[in-house]
Amino acid sequence: MLLAGLVVGNSACNNDEFLDVEPNNILLEEDVWSDETLVTAVLGNLYGRFPDFQSIEGWWAFTDFDEAFASAQGDYYRHTNADYDYGSWGMWDYGYIREINMFIQKCEAATELAPDAKARFLAEARFIRAGVYFEHVKRMGGVPLILEPLTYDFSGDPSYLRHPRAKEHEIYDFVISELEELKGILPNTVGDKTRATKGSALAMQARAALYAGSIAKYGASTPAVSLPGGEVGIPADMATGYYQKALSAAQEIMTLGYSLYQKKPDLGENFASIFYDKANNPEAIWVEDFKLKTAKVHGFTIDNQPRYQSEEQQGGRLNPSLNLVQSFEKLDNTFAPLPIMDASGNLIHYANPADLFAGRDARLYGTVILPGTQFKGKEVDIWAGYMRPNGAIISSGNIGGQADINGDGKNEQVVGFSGPINGLEFTAQTGFYIRKYLDPAAGSGQIGTRSEVWWIRYRYAEVLLNAAEAAFELGQPEVAAGYMNQVRTRAGLTIPLTAADITFDRIVNERRVELAFEGHQLFDMKRWRLAHVVWNGNRMTISDLTTNIGKADKTSTMPFGMWPYKYLADPNNPSNNDWVFSIVLPSPVTTPDRFRLGNYYSRIGDDVVNNNPLIVRQPNQ
Amino acid sequence: MKIKFFAILCFALGVSLTSCELDNFEAPESKLEGRIVYNGEPINVAYNEVNMQLWEPGWQLKSAINVSVDQDGSYSALLFNAPYKLVIQPFQGPFRSIKNEVTQSDTILVDLKGNQTLDIEVMPYYMIRNTQISKAGSDVTANFGLEKIITDVNAKDVENVTLYINKTMFVDRSNNIATKELNGADIMDMNNVSMSVTVPALNTAQNYVFARIGVRIAGVEDMLYSPIQKIQL
Repeated sequence: MLLAGLVVGNSACNNDEFLDVEPNNILLEEDVWSDETLVTAVLGNLYGRFPDFQSIEGWWAFTDFDEAFASAQGDYYRHTNADYDYGSWGMWDYGYIREINMFIQKCEAATELAPDAKARFLAEARFIRAGVYFEHVKRMGGVPLILEPLTYDFSGDPSYLRHPRAKEHEIYDFVISELEELKGILPNTVGDKTRATKGSALAMQARAALYAGSIAKYGASTPAVSLPGGEVGIPADMATGYYQKALSAAQEIMTLGYSLYQKKPDLGENFASIFYDKANNPEAIWVEDFKLKTAKVHGFTIDNQPRYQSEEQQGGRLNPSLNLVQSFEKLDNTFAPLPIMDASGNLIHYANPADLFAGRDARLYGTVILPGTQFKGKEVDIWAGYMRPNGAIISSGNIGGQADINGDGKNEQVVGFSGPINGLEFTAQTGFYIRKYLDPAAGSGQIGTRSEVWWIRYRYAEVLLNAAEAAFELGQPEVAAGYMNQVRTRAGLTIPLTAADITFDRIVNERRVELAFEGHQLFDMKRWRLAHVVWNGNRMTISDLTTNIGKADKTSTMPFGMWPYKYLADPNNPSNNDWVFSIVLPSPVTTPDRFRLGNYYSRIGDDVVNNNPLIVRQPNQ
Repeated sequence: MKIKFFAILCFALGVSLTSCELDNFEAPESKLEGRIVYNGEPINVAYNEVNMQLWEPGWQLKSAINVSVDQDGSYSALLFNAPYKLVIQPFQGPFRSIKNEVTQSDTILVDLKGNQTLDIEVMPYYMIRNTQISKAGSDVTANFGLEKIITDVNAKDVENVTLYINKTMFVDRSNNIATKELNGADIMDMNNVSMSVTVPALNTAQNYVFARIGVRIAGVEDMLYSPIQKIQL
């Protein structure tokens, strides 16, 4: 019996044709590479994995520095630990790079694609690869430059797969030269925001060249942040060449048909609209798009909508800091702290809370939800309580909490429904909420609906500021003033800056206010070698906060807040129910941020170094 | 058949149970401790600011053991008996490493066999001398001198000196309740610096504060401090 079975089994193996069946549940290589729709889907996967350190898919990363406070229980640690881990912001994603390289290899070998479609696919994959190497070099400095998929031959000796780190400038040079080639292949379609275009290639090139130029120039001030082999640090004499490249690339974008978004008469609302108006937006260059009723939606509005009249029992996590708010200039192009006290130390009274912020850069309204303003047409109700003339405070520990303020036995509301209440999550613990990227569409704050507001990676205003900075560094302040004034005019700062007004401090502050919460701050501070100066671990006092506003090297290690109070004089006093303000440090902020020299280039893991002894470790760690 | 199978099962169970004991590792029990010193005098730094690395050679996978230097310049680590390489990374601390005679580099070989005390000599940029911190009315006043130790091409200027006070024994630039800063350029006499800071109202009443002086050296990340002193108010 057994023997018979064996015989049957054996003979069946002789004819294995029946095993050779076309599968009907997976796509084979040759199926994919003969169909443009399927290739687009593979490419879509590569686009979808493009990394961002800070983005609307992770509100918390915006609170790691001085721009904002995290009003959420699980994130207070960001304000209580002093040091950034050496591994923070690190990236070593050779799995992703390998898949991009495989896409390029297979696309080149494909024979059944139309030539122009194939050329565009290849150019897009190379654009993504250049972008991923740019993301690596921003974080790690020089990394191994691998441009083909590496395959192990199972010989027992994988050492031929080991590659040393390239020099930092070699990675920047690779990114810049790839994009130089790609700008001629990619289509110049201003309306196409999600796929690589000529505009996005040039925008990335301008930014990369500007980064490389400033590392070359300002790296000289931190000689400790370098490696003898050039894996970290760029020679100072290369700065001019990079700045020229940045300027010329930015100027080429100006000829392509992009422009600043100026559709709405209200300048503050106009600025906010750049980030949520996706219809014919002339400013966005390259974005990560989202779509309702698909899996590609995000919850930025759920997380950060004002707590009062929120569409869920949550929100309000990201609280912009007073440090940022006071960096917005007055309309006469000067910096000043918010006027809450007169020269003799008396509180200044305001009829409305928003009056405190009047006469400032319109981008303040567009970036931050201020007390006394609205979101989705509703009041945000941010006020901390009543203040008596003797300074005594009447408030409550619950949102919209009540107390008897005038002894008539009746309770009144004594604190806003959005707080601020010290230590209570989701309330505006700095007195502010974020407006940038918040979606005004109905339902955007509901978990069941979410938001389809896009994440803009490159936009025209940044291109102008890149051009301005490059021109300034090349000794052309009048050119720089021209570009900066375009951006500033859109924000209501109509008195133009002259060439003499353009200083390094101006350049730094303009980027701080225009590009807040867009993922630039960390990398800007790193390339200017300002991170260890500004986040120096020194404890701040209120006078540290309100002096030297607009200075690039101003210490800013702790996020402060500004709380509005209703003034409670007797009912016949005309100043009754006026608004007064006081500067606070939210109580979870216990420790100043300290950026160490070893944080400039993120740690390469021991596992990587052990597998590949050719990898040089980062300095100062 | 059945009995045999049962016997095998018992044997397997027996092996798996006893093996648990064999898997347990011993805990490290040799203590390496010491101080960072200049001519035998400890160099005071901020809590958690200065680190050393211990490497144990001979293993396939390498990973450093980080050893943090305490506020008073001391350190300690609980280790296994083994030869170690001790490295203070360049640009760590307000000092420069001295070239080790044996290794001809900044690496120090430590052959650990039981507890060991090892003071590490370094070259600080400055030393704080003759520190006197005392209470004067509602102020805390400090008098001290700064001695420049490194005077060759590696010499560096003082960026600023600061008097810090705090309610707890952790006193440095990020842990303080009041500070007074003096720019290095404004120091007239390096041998005789005087500064004072007003003690602010303390939230929970206590009749003492802790104080120390910090020196920030231009181009050096970690600050140099004087020993912490408890000041009775």
